[in-house]
Amino acid sequence: MASLIIKNGTVYDPANNVNGEKMDIYIKDGKIVEKAARGAKKIDCNGKIIMPGGVEIHSHIAGGKVNSGRLLRPEDHKKLVMPKTKLTRSGSGFSTPSTFMTGYLYSKLGYTTAMTPAMPPLMARHTHEELNDIPMLDKGSYPLTDGNWFIMRYLKDGDIEKAAAYAAWLLRSTKGFALKITNPGGTEAWGWGKNCKSLDDPVPYFDITPREIIKGLAEVNEMLGLPHSIHLHANNLGRLGNYETTIDTIKVPSGTKNKDRQTLHLTHVQFHSYGGDSWKNFESEAETVAKAVNKTDNAIIDTGNVTLDNTTTMTADGPMEYYLQSLTHFKWMNRDVELETAPGITPFIYSPKMSTAAIQWAIGLELGLLIKDPWKVLMTTDHPNGGPFTRYPRIISWLMSRPARDEMLEKVNAAAGKRSSLASIDREYDFNDIATVTRAGQARSLGLSETKGHLGIGAHGDVAVYDIDPDNMDPSKDFKGIEKAFSAAAYTIKGGEVLVRDGEIVKVTYGNTYWTNPHVDKSLEKEVLSDIEYNFKRYYSVNLANYPVQDKYVKNPIELKIDAQKVGA
Amino acid sequence: MKEIILTPKELPDVGLIAETITPDLFAGKSIGKIASLLIFAGNQRKKLGDFFEVAGKSADDASDTRIVIKGDITKVKMVGKGTKAGEIVIEGSAGMYVGEEMRGGKITVLGNVDSFAGQTMRGGELVIKGNAGDYLGAAYRGDWRGMRGGVILVEGNAGAETGLFMVGGKIKIKGNCGTFAGVHMKKGLIIIEGQTPERAGAEMTGGSIVVMGDTDILPTFAPVNEEKNPEIDGEKLKGTFQTYSGDHAERGAKGMLYKFV
Repeated sequence: MASLIIKNGTVYDPANNVNGEKMDIYIKDGKIVEKAARGAKKIDCNGKIIMPGGVEIHSHIAGGKVNSGRLLRPEDHKKLVMPKTKLTRSGSGFSTPSTFMTGYLYSKLGYTTAMTPAMPPLMARHTHEELNDIPMLDKGSYPLTDGNWFIMRYLKDGDIEKAAAYAAWLLRSTKGFALKITNPGGTEAWGWGKNCKSLDDPVPYFDITPREIIKGLAEVNEMLGLPHSIHLHANNLGRLGNYETTIDTIKVPSGTKNKDRQTLHLTHVQFHSYGGDSWKNFESEAETVAKAVNKTDNAIIDTGNVTLDNTTTMTADGPMEYYLQSLTHFKWMNRDVELETAPGITPFIYSPKMSTAAIQWAIGLELGLLIKDPWKVLMTTDHPNGGPFTRYPRIISWLMSRPARDEMLEKVNAAAGKRSSLASIDREYDFNDIATVTRAGQARSLGLSETKGHLGIGAHGDVAVYDIDPDNMDPSKDFKGIEKAFSAAAYTIKGGEVLVRDGEIVKVTYGNTYWTNPHVDKSLEKEVLSDIEYNFKRYYSVNLANYPVQDKYVKNPIELKIDAQKVGA
Repeated sequence: MKEIILTPKELPDVGLIAETITPDLFAGKSIGKIASLLIFAGNQRKKLGDFFEVAGKSADDASDTRIVIKGDITKVKMVGKGTKAGEIVIEGSAGMYVGEEMRGGKITVLGNVDSFAGQTMRGGELVIKGNAGDYLGAAYRGDWRGMRGGVILVEGNAGAETGLFMVGGKIKIKGNCGTFAGVHMKKGLIIIEGQTPERAGAEMTGGSIVVMGDTDILPTFAPVNEEKNPEIDGEKLKGTFQTYSGDHAERGAKGMLYKFV
C-alpha cells in the first residue's frame, strides 16, 4: 500500500486537540504513523487545510427505499447527469443519485465513510448489493427494529435478554452495524391505520408503548456493547408541536450509561423541533430542544438541515409520508415490510418562498448554533429528506458565516426571521467546529473513533485537504469561497491512496462494509432461535434459511466481533 | 437576421443527442467553433461538424440568429433544447424532444416530429407543419409539471397524451389528436380542430380543451351549457359549443371541455 507524506498543511484534528497547527502527516500501509516511510510520495499542502476524512452518520444512500425513490422520480434524474469517464461510471440523480455516483460525489466532498440508516431486515440483501456498488467509501447500515414483532413481544414480556439475543441474531443475519428505531411503535400501528402520537400511545395488539420500546432497546444496545448507541428517529416527525415529544424522548434512556459515548443518538432533530398548532402559526422550538440537549449528558443529535431544494423524502416512517403527501398531493408510495416496518416515499419541494420551508431551514441552523458543544450536534441533511448531501458545503458556509445567513434571511420568506431565533444568533463556527460536526463527532458517535474521524497515530489514512488558506481567508466574509472550497476537495485520501485531486476523481477504490457480530450465551441463543423458527413458519412469507445475508454478499466486510456472553449466562 | 446553415452528412444509425443546436449557443461563434460543439452519438462524445456541414454566419445576439437545417434529421434528438431566442428552421422531419424546455424564440419544422416535442416548454413558438408524435407538449417522465407557456401549432395530426400535465400555454392541432389529450391538465388551452377518439381531459383539474371534431366524452364530465362564439384565453372561437366541466373523478376539478355542435 501507498506511503504518503502530507506536508505543510494546517491541520484541524479536534479528537487530538490539534486546532489549526502546521504539521506533517505520515501514512504508511494505509494507516497514520509517526515517521515518514522510506520512498513515500510527498504532497505539499502549503496554504491548505487538512481534516480527517469526512464521516457520515445518517444518509439514505442504499436499500429498497432509496431504489424505490429512484424509480419514483425519473424527473429527479434529469437534473443531474454524469457521463462516464475513463475512470468512473455514468450516473444520474440529484436527490437520489445512483450508487456509483453516490460514491464519487461523497469523495469529491472529502468524505471517506458513510452509513445508511434504515435497512428493513427483509431488504438487507438488496441493501448490501447496493452498498457493494458504492465506491470510494467505507460503509455500514442500520437494521430497523422499531416495529419488529419479536422485539415488541420480548420487551412487552420483560424478556430483555431474549430481546438482546434476538437483536444480536438480527445484526448477524442482516450484516448490520447498529440498531435503528424509526417512529417506534408507529410503523406497526400504521398497519392498523393508526400511529403512535405520544410516547405513551400503545401499539394496537402488542400493547407496548414507544417509551417502552426505546428504553428497552437502549438497554439491549448497552447489554450487547455495540459500538454505536441506538439510532432513533423519534415519534411525530414533521408534526406541529412535536418538540414536546422530542424533549420527552431525550430523557427516556437516561438510565443507561456508556463511558465512551452517548446512549441515544437522536437523528434529524430539525424535523422534531416544531412549535405551533396550525401551519399558520408554525414556529421554531429549536431553542427549547437545544436547551434540553445542552443539559443532557447521554444524548447527542444530528441536525437534518433543510437546504431549500426540490428533494425526495424517504423514511421508514410510513404514516408520516402519508401525512406529507396529504399536504402536497404529490405522488407517493407506502410499503408494509411484513413483521418489521413500513416505509414511505414522496417528493417534496422546500421552496424558499414558503414560510414553513424557510422556518425549517432556520431550525436546522439554530440547532447547530445553539447547542454549545459541537460534539453533541452533528451535521446532516438526513439525505435526501432535508436536501441532498451535495449541499453540505453550503451548510458549512451558513454555519461559518453570519453574513451568509443574513443574506439568506433576506432572500427567503420573512417568517424565517420572525418565527425563529436565527436572526439574533451571532455565533460562527471555526474550522475546528466544522471538523467536529462533520468528522470527529460522527466517528465518536459511531464508536469508530479509534480508527476514524481523527489523524492520530493508528488512525486510518483517511484525509481530506481543502484549498483554504486559513491565514488569508475570513470564512465569515468569504462564505462563497468556503462553499466552493468544501465542494471540491483539493485531495481526498483514503487508506493512503489519493482518490480525488482538485475535485476530480483520480482513482476508484471500494471501501469496507462494517458490521457487528455480538455473541450472546449459547443456550439463550438456541432458545431464541427456536422461537424465531416457530414464528418464521407461522408469519413470514420467506423461509428462515433464505433470510440471513450470506457472507459472500458483502464486499470487503469488516466484522466487529463483540463478546456479549454474559447476556443470558 | 443572420443565418447558419447545417446540412446533414450521413447520419449514424444510433441516435444523436444534439442539445447544442440552439441559437443561444451559436450566437457570437465562428463556423469553426460551432462545428466543434459537443454532440453525443450513443455514449460517444463527438463534434457537430462530424455530422453536419456548417455554413453561413451567426449574429452576436441569439435573437438575430437563424439556424436552418437542410434535410431530415429523424434520428437527431433534442434540437433546440432550452432555446431562449432566435429561430430554428428544420427543412425536413425531426427526431424526439424538439424544442424541449424552450423558453423563447421560434422553431419551425417543415416535416414531422417524433414524440416529446415541446416537452416542458415555457415560452416561444413551436410550429410543426407535418404530424407530431405522442407526448406533444407533455411533462418529463414522472414530473407533475408539464408545459408552462408558449404556443405549439401542429398543422397535421398529433399522437396520444398531448399536453400531459399541462400547466400553461397553448397547443393547437389542425388535424386529429390521439387518446388522452390534456390528461392531468391543470391550466392552459388545447384546441383540436379534427377529432380525438376518447378520454380527452382525463383527470384534468383545470384549463380548457376544445374539440371541433368527433369525440367520446368521459362519463366523469358534466354538461354545463351551450356557448356561442366563446373566447378562451384570448382565442376567439366561432360556432356553438356544448361545454362540460370535469374531470369530476378529481376533487374540486375546474377543467372545461368545449365540444363543437
